[in-house]
Amino acid sequence: MELNSYGQSIPGSLDATFAALADPTRRAILARLAEGEASVTELAAPFRMSQPAISKHLKVLERAGLVSTGRDAQRRPRRFETQPLLAATQWIEALESSFQRLDALLDELKATQPKRHPTDRKKK
Amino acid sequence: MPEKLKVDTPSDREIRITRDFDAPRPLVFDCWTKPELLRRWLTGPPGWSFVVCEVDLRVGGAYRFVWRGPDGTEMGMGGVHREIEPPERIVNTQLFDQDWTGGEAVGTLVLTEKEGRTTSTNTILYSSKAARDGALKSGMEQGMEAGYVRLDELLNQKRASKN
Repeated sequence: MELNSYGQSIPGSLDATFAALADPTRRAILARLAEGEASVTELAAPFRMSQPAISKHLKVLERAGLVSTGRDAQRRPRRFETQPLLAATQWIEALESSFQRLDALLDELKATQPKRHPTDRKKK
Repeated sequence: MPEKLKVDTPSDREIRITRDFDAPRPLVFDCWTKPELLRRWLTGPPGWSFVVCEVDLRVGGAYRFVWRGPDGTEMGMGGVHREIEPPERIVNTQLFDQDWTGGEAVGTLVLTEKEGRTTSTNTILYSSKAARDGALKSGMEQGMEAGYVRLDELLNQKRASKN
């Protein structure tokens, strides 16, 4: 968890979420964790990667708040946390709803404005 | 159908929002700059609307937006135009009244047209990485809020239809 300039904690900024999801191995790790929690050893097996390499990816996912570690001290199972993904998706949805209003407005303006291109390509 | 919205962070201090529109560039430019058109789409989360929407579209000219939410809360922002090149480019300064972005940001809107379709690229450069992250965080919280409001509406509709 990091702190921003206002002293608020950022459990996973949108930026960190994007960066974490940009890598195919990390997306595969999340896909695996979406089926259920798993230890680092269990995660490393299907990826043909060393445990340190997997741990490195897990660290990025943890920093983005997408993965947490369970209580079992020996297995230390990793768990998929969906909250940051939800936050990112909903922010983008809110932006998109503004742009959909703009789509509708543009359609209306196109209908009322004289055409710039005389070649009118209407489907018959 | 228009291309999907894309949001990314080209650098530590920037957020970039890209979206395609099925309309020629001058129309899209008008929608980003004329108050009577801005009032129809840049209205914020559901239930919010403009109370002030003023644009002095000249280099050095100011703009000012104030929105009001369903509970009477107001949110304002504004700035000054640095570059105006119709119909392809606007650079302006951006400062929210609550200043959660830790100082002034600089917004660059670039419009490119191809076969009657326009790609809008909106890049916001913040004063620091912390400022950028603060803006992302507040944007996400508002997005969450809007999501919950929609969820409430949906649940109310479902409840109403059951009665």
